[in-house]
Amino acid sequence: MEKIMEKNDTHAFGFWVYLMTDIIIFGVLFAVYMVLRANTFGGPTSNDLFSLPTALVNTLVLLTSSFTCGLMTLAARKGKVNQTIAWLIATFALGATFLALELGEFSRFIAIGASWQRSAFLSSFFTLVGTHGLHIAVGLLWIIVAIVQLKLRGLTPGVTSKLTRFALFWHFLDIVWIFIFTTVYLMGML
Amino acid sequence: MKTTLRSYIIGFALSVTLTLAAVWLIWTHIQSGHTVFSHQFLIAAILALAIAQMLVQLVFFMHLAEESGPRWRLGALLSTVGIVLIIVIGSIWIMDHLNYNMMASPSDMNAYIQSQDGF
Repeated sequence: MEKIMEKNDTHAFGFWVYLMTDIIIFGVLFAVYMVLRANTFGGPTSNDLFSLPTALVNTLVLLTSSFTCGLMTLAARKGKVNQTIAWLIATFALGATFLALELGEFSRFIAIGASWQRSAFLSSFFTLVGTHGLHIAVGLLWIIVAIVQLKLRGLTPGVTSKLTRFALFWHFLDIVWIFIFTTVYLMGML
Repeated sequence: MKTTLRSYIIGFALSVTLTLAAVWLIWTHIQSGHTVFSHQFLIAAILALAIAQMLVQLVFFMHLAEESGPRWRLGALLSTVGIVLIIVIGSIWIMDHLNYNMMASPSDMNAYIQSQDGF
């Protein structure tokens, strides 16, 4: 419990292997997007749709949530239950803000007729970004479960081990978003 | 990198800096009416910044460097990144050539060949 990231922590390593398979899922969706992003079928292009300030705010919100998630790990290692819960709530709030901004963007696109049915570019865009958003939603559910477990059991070795895996998951989603931000939004501005 | 508050603050500050650097490059390019910086330079630069940020998060947030003994996590990560690079670069490469070889119509084909090869 003192040293969470022990080499013998087979649970964390098993979860790490799951994250590796998730990298392949996202890698394939990235490949699809990169191949199809010019196929707009006369519909809106990435230049027409994306707004740099919105994407930047999204990125900074998710980066900050990754930071508060790290602070949660620190509090858990020190055995401070209330502090751990407080940082989990902060992470949840930032994650929910990110998801709300993303869904707001999706509904704006759909309102102007740029849904996933419009072109191959938009199908691949919604699949890639939506899959990431789905992961964030699962992460938010995980935070709620973690808070309930912390309230009921406190920082037992089992709960701490789950928090460690949640932190890996959340930081991993942040890395995936950095690549979405770079290849979809920033390159879409060129 | 020992897990301390300091390492998280450094990681967060580096992440924000790298993000803002990438945005600044693109913003400068757009504000100048797409004249400052070539597209090849920008794509290479923002991809490099993204990879740098991935390394920052892996080391400062996911504690990849804390691993002792056999580097199982690093090994799994490197082989996965290898697979993903083959899939992504291979797909872009193959589909680009497929588009070249299977154009929609003869007139499109002529226009494309002229723009690419100059004859």
